[in-house]
Amino acid sequence: MPSEIPRMKREMSRYSVFAVAREAFRDHQGWTRAWGSPEPKRKYDVIIIGAGGHGLATAYYLGKNHGIRNVAVLEKGWLGGGNTGRNTTIIRSNYLQDPSAAIYEKARSLYEDLSQDLNYNVMFSPRGVMMLAQTEHEIRGYKRTAHANALQGVATEFISPARVKQLCPIMEIRGPRYPVLGALWQPRGGTARHDAVAWGYARKCSEMGMDIIQKCEVTGVRSQGGKVVGVTTSRGDIDCDKLGVVVAGHSGHVADMAGFRLPIESVALQALVSEPIKPCMDVVVMANTVHGYMSQSDKGEMVIGGGTDGYNNYTQRGSFHHIEETVRALVETFPMISRLKMLRQWGGIVDVTGDRSPILSKTPLENCFINCGWGTGGFKAIPGSGWGMAELMATGYSPLTEAFGLDRFSEGRFIDESVAAGVAH
Amino acid sequence: MSFRLDTGGRFIDRSKPRSFTFNGKAMRGFEGDTLASALLGQGQMLVGRSFKYHRPRGIVASGSEEPNALMNLGRDKTFEPNARATTTELFDGLEAESQNHWPSLEFDIGELNAKLSRFLPAGFYYKMFLWPRSFWKHVYEPIIRKSAGLGRAPRHRDADHYEHFNATVDVLVVGGGIAGLQAAKAAGEAGAEVLLIEQGAHWGGRAPVDGAVIDGVPAAEWVEATVAALGAMPNVAIRARTMGAGVYDHGYALAYERLTDHAPDPSLPRHRLWRIRAGRIVTATGAIERPLSFAGNDLPGVMLASAVRDYVTNYAVAPGKCVVVVTNNDDGYRTALTVQEAGLEVVVLDARSEANGPLAEQARAAGITVRVGRGIESVKGKGKVEKVWVCDQTRDGSNPDPIKADCVAMAGGWSPVVHLWSHCGGKLSWQEDGAFFRPDPERAPNGADGAAFVLAAGAANGELETAAVLTDAYVAGARAAAEAGATGTAGAAATADVELSEPMLPVWNMPERASYALRSKAWLDYQNDVKVTDVELAAREGFESVEHTKRYTTLGMATDQGKLSNINGLAVLAGALDQEIPKVGTTTFRPPYHPISMGAIAGEARGALFQPVRQTPMYDWHDANGAHWEPVGHWRRPYAYVKPGEDVHAAVKREVLATRNSLGLLDASTLGKLVVKGPDAGKFMDMMYTNMMSTLPVGKCRYGLMCSENGFLSDDGVVARMDDDTWLCHTTTGGADRIHAHMEEWLQTEWWDWKVYVANVTEQYAQVAVVGPNARKVLEKLGGMDVSKEALPFMQWAEGAIGQFSARVFRISFSGELSYEIAVPASQGRAFWDALLEAGSEFGVTPYGTEALHIMRAEKGFIMIGDETDGTVIPQDLGLNWAISKKKEDFLGKRAQERDHMTDPLRWKLVGLETLDGSVLPDGSYAVGEGVNDNGQRVVQGRVTSTYFSPTLERGIAMGLVELGPDRMGEVIAFNRVDGTFVQAKIVDPVVFDPEGEKQNV
Ligand SMILES: Cc1cc2nc3c(=O)[nH]c(=O)nc-3n(C[C@H](O)[C@H](O)[C@H](O)COP(=O)(O)OP(=O)(O)OC[C@H]3O[C@@H](n4cnc5c(N)ncnc54)[C@H](O)[C@@H]3O)c2cc1C
Repeated sequence: MPSEIPRMKREMSRYSVFAVAREAFRDHQGWTRAWGSPEPKRKYDVIIIGAGGHGLATAYYLGKNHGIRNVAVLEKGWLGGGNTGRNTTIIRSNYLQDPSAAIYEKARSLYEDLSQDLNYNVMFSPRGVMMLAQTEHEIRGYKRTAHANALQGVATEFISPARVKQLCPIMEIRGPRYPVLGALWQPRGGTARHDAVAWGYARKCSEMGMDIIQKCEVTGVRSQGGKVVGVTTSRGDIDCDKLGVVVAGHSGHVADMAGFRLPIESVALQALVSEPIKPCMDVVVMANTVHGYMSQSDKGEMVIGGGTDGYNNYTQRGSFHHIEETVRALVETFPMISRLKMLRQWGGIVDVTGDRSPILSKTPLENCFINCGWGTGGFKAIPGSGWGMAELMATGYSPLTEAFGLDRFSEGRFIDESVAAGVAH
Repeated sequence: MSFRLDTGGRFIDRSKPRSFTFNGKAMRGFEGDTLASALLGQGQMLVGRSFKYHRPRGIVASGSEEPNALMNLGRDKTFEPNARATTTELFDGLEAESQNHWPSLEFDIGELNAKLSRFLPAGFYYKMFLWPRSFWKHVYEPIIRKSAGLGRAPRHRDADHYEHFNATVDVLVVGGGIAGLQAAKAAGEAGAEVLLIEQGAHWGGRAPVDGAVIDGVPAAEWVEATVAALGAMPNVAIRARTMGAGVYDHGYALAYERLTDHAPDPSLPRHRLWRIRAGRIVTATGAIERPLSFAGNDLPGVMLASAVRDYVTNYAVAPGKCVVVVTNNDDGYRTALTVQEAGLEVVVLDARSEANGPLAEQARAAGITVRVGRGIESVKGKGKVEKVWVCDQTRDGSNPDPIKADCVAMAGGWSPVVHLWSHCGGKLSWQEDGAFFRPDPERAPNGADGAAFVLAAGAANGELETAAVLTDAYVAGARAAAEAGATGTAGAAATADVELSEPMLPVWNMPERASYALRSKAWLDYQNDVKVTDVELAAREGFESVEHTKRYTTLGMATDQGKLSNINGLAVLAGALDQEIPKVGTTTFRPPYHPISMGAIAGEARGALFQPVRQTPMYDWHDANGAHWEPVGHWRRPYAYVKPGEDVHAAVKREVLATRNSLGLLDASTLGKLVVKGPDAGKFMDMMYTNMMSTLPVGKCRYGLMCSENGFLSDDGVVARMDDDTWLCHTTTGGADRIHAHMEEWLQTEWWDWKVYVANVTEQYAQVAVVGPNARKVLEKLGGMDVSKEALPFMQWAEGAIGQFSARVFRISFSGELSYEIAVPASQGRAFWDALLEAGSEFGVTPYGTEALHIMRAEKGFIMIGDETDGTVIPQDLGLNWAISKKKEDFLGKRAQERDHMTDPLRWKLVGLETLDGSVLPDGSYAVGEGVNDNGQRVVQGRVTSTYFSPTLERGIAMGLVELGPDRMGEVIAFNRVDGTFVQAKIVDPVVFDPEGEKQNV
């Protein structure tokens, strides 16, 4: 398939403590660029639109697992600047439905070694994620998830309120409004540094000779006889044999360019951080009944998220009413945060499907593939999604993506995760 | 060293000394001091340690832009970390403690990081700590976390309370400097409803310190008169200590009022969050001075020139005895003049090649040494400023000459505070002659009508001279009022003499061609320890977008959100990329302008007021009689009534048996009750429900199902036909609001021309289920309407009297017993309940809770929304085909249920499950099949949906969904436990109690 000789592999500094020490003595002048800044070529074997985590990971595994390196990743802004750079970085795989558990657990297990694989510290921190049960209904839901996980090979456990308190002493477990009745605990869930995930993948892609082209907006998709042949961009036409659309909140737009429609709504999801304080919370806590979740970043900020705005829109601005609702819930759950201060709030446009599960699929346009619909919870999926998407694009089939086809909406074969999670992330 | 001057101090009252402690040491200040001015007054220059390198740091600023002086304040229940000393007003007994050091402020082990700083450049952690893998979580991360963070974590519940205010105004003016005062005055005179807010405790902003003259009088006098005039206007409200925190779509703004931080009083709310709807918002938020980037610019004693001026003028505090003012503009001379007047020594280093403006001349005339074309090569000293090495600004810093000094005042030019303008999408343009970004009026935040709803005024709009500020603010205020609908005219604008000044010279590196060694000691972001060389490294490594640089270096990400560092950092980045500054652009400004307490955001909604409990009229009785509460939606329902000496399980068992054997009572008031009424109501009901509801005769009840558009069962309940055009729909407890909204959504968006009204009357009625073999007897004993089998057969309802209560009686059953559900007006609920208890005592009447309800329905094989359904289940899966009308052309979910997957014969279907050993099946367990799927997961063929111990049958009972289940009666399949073992269970009929319905139909 290669049509043009791929770019030479780029020479890059290898990162290690020794490299840092070496550079320290020459004023850090020897570090090479983390990724190139190439002009687009006329044609690539594969073009990926969108240099978020999912697009970059797709490109990476195309190269690493399938030897396809004549690849361009086109990004309209700066790489990692979409939801990948705005999320609250919770990583877990304690999903209920089999296809979800499969792809999220694949992702989680790849995260375990990602820093070494990418030679870039993505700071995956498997500190444990707990999802609180605060109603009888939630207890039953999480017990069900625990049973499903046991058969899916995902290590989770339903734990008692006493254990919850032990793992997270700053939590008020006795209510008064919604006492904690237990929790679903995934000890190897956790967080990672979101920017580093995008940067690490970008750097490796660039090293493999792929072109990451920033400030390059795709404005049209070109096809011939029902097959994709290339894209139109703000930096000219570029041809390709295969096209991967991985643009999250803008999926509806780009699908429109490619001539098909998607069952997706775009809404703003809000998040906020407090000022940094010394370590006081070693786990990630999600409280779905009251709508809020919290963890502490390595910098010391309490990272807080809640729900999505109640209306569709494309502005990446934070509104306030959800912040209010979320903070209210968390002050009740963690009374000690009352005298902390909110430092910053923001929003990201998330692409939400009817069943709250992603789409990784072929499309009505031949050789055009789509990866979207990760909505409020796709950061955790990046490595698994990239792995499966690359396999799908390279070979036409991946067990990881099989259930996430577009056809499921017309067939009614939903993968509904709202069953287990009121708030998703 | 800093010290208190003998005279002066606009804000302090020397007759009111105040005592406080800093790191446990007793100190003194005056009423009117900030913690920062009081510390400086006591000679305390070292106030904290930086985030990354733990460098010793002093106070830099005098307002909310302060990056260094962050304190732990108070203790226990009033402890607050990361409080800015510069915005903390002093009171007697204040306890402050510096942060981020161990064991002490003066001697901090973490300072080792500073020694190692060459090994810790921007982004070092991305390149290190890679091996061995497990070390990140167990070794490296804990160390990094420990050394990061700033203040201590609070450990207690907050003793204070908070509240919210809502306000609707024509014009919100943010900022109480002369621009804000003038804008508010103009808007108020024009007749607009105005709210003017100021974050600090004082009005007037910088002008009184800067020596402005307005309308012929000193600025302070003009300010006083104007505040008084505004106070007298009935349409104007003014609030000090109230900060504009955020601007959102549609003129929504947040303000944050600090009521008691300066004078603790537990009876008052500590903070108040104002939620404001404004027609127009005028941002008169002023400007912030920029530091200069020279080596050693982070030593304690290096401050903003404007801050030095503030401390001297407002608090009579001298930051040092020998002050070096280093400037690139005329404003720096104001500081020089102020400190000289206070009797301190001062030298001015002006980076410009000449300085002949009126202020410079005035300084020279006052005998101040002015050295032009000079910059600072470096500032040196041990933990404080001791020596300033002066060099030629245009060169590389070689051959510097030293000056002895203990304070350096940096005047790097001013940046308008554009945060609020930008929060909601306002764009900026670069102004070359001041080297700053200012609001671009062509690209303002727009309201729904496309018009700009934020107007910037004064320094915040890039106007830095008093006369221009006043004119600009006057225009903004008058325009805001007019656009918000005010029809009056503003009085005259205040005037000031035009001040002449010479152009400033942008200086991004000092000296211009500073060596790497110098640049690596020039700080941009003090709190996060970002240096000039860090930004350069980021650019070199390809982090070219300003957002990348910010994230890679953490520039501007500290608690001051880059108020001092952003422009300087941008300029360095632009230089490194060889681009123009405006092309590099700014990072995004996000609310809040300055951190606001979580307590204020939560407001009153805490404890009992956090999601107030919805209570039925019988709530108190339940509470007094052992209710073990279960939250359901916003309600609380008794799970069971636990008697002394009993546990919950025993209580549930007792309740079930008593009901089955004699008489039980259930408070069913929480069930949703929606009235659907109108000429088209029948048509509407047929669309909402799978059943045919339009033909239901008046007086009859029917069990109905509701599905989503996707065909999934979403709610169920009994529907009663009240009269020709009225239906009463019962929903599940949790479903009432959701279903009401669902109905409204369809009526408002799809069938807006149908004549139908829906009203949620859930709380208008108290409803009691009277259940058990003696149910009829107890009602007959109370007297009133005929409830006999003949008069009120199963699935009918009637209106009448039960005892002295007017009631609506539904003959329906969710337990399989003879049962009446009786609705009475909510106000009568408790009396009715009491009457039933009294009349029922001879039958051993037993109130029962939700768990007994669940068990009894499970024994009867009735499904429960949320147990048997989970959003993926269609009625057909549950054997409810009988409730789906085949005669109707359409209903919500009909088409969806015809899709391939929905008609797949292999769908899991409802069955009963019986363990072979009589044990209770685990909740949520899955039935396993053969082998694994392509993803290596164990194949499953069904799952448990409800599982209970049945007191009636004295063994476990369960329902579940199983592949081809109804065709596999009698087959034994394995269900998993979380520990990896399995339980064997037999597939049986879901109805295990009274399958013929003999008990309920009597
Ligand atoms: C506030 C918030 C909190 C979240 N919290 C979590 C969490 O805790 N855990 C979790 O797992 N997930 C979380 N998520 C979700 C997660 O962020 C996303 O699912 C994930 O990052 C999506 O990655 P992506 O690569 O698909 O999209 P993005 O990162 O958004 O990347 C898409 C890219 O496509 C580019 N693009 C769009 N249109 C074009 C075009 N025409 N031409 C070229 N380029 C284009 C965009 O500029 C963008 O860079 C959160 C999301 C938000 C907003």
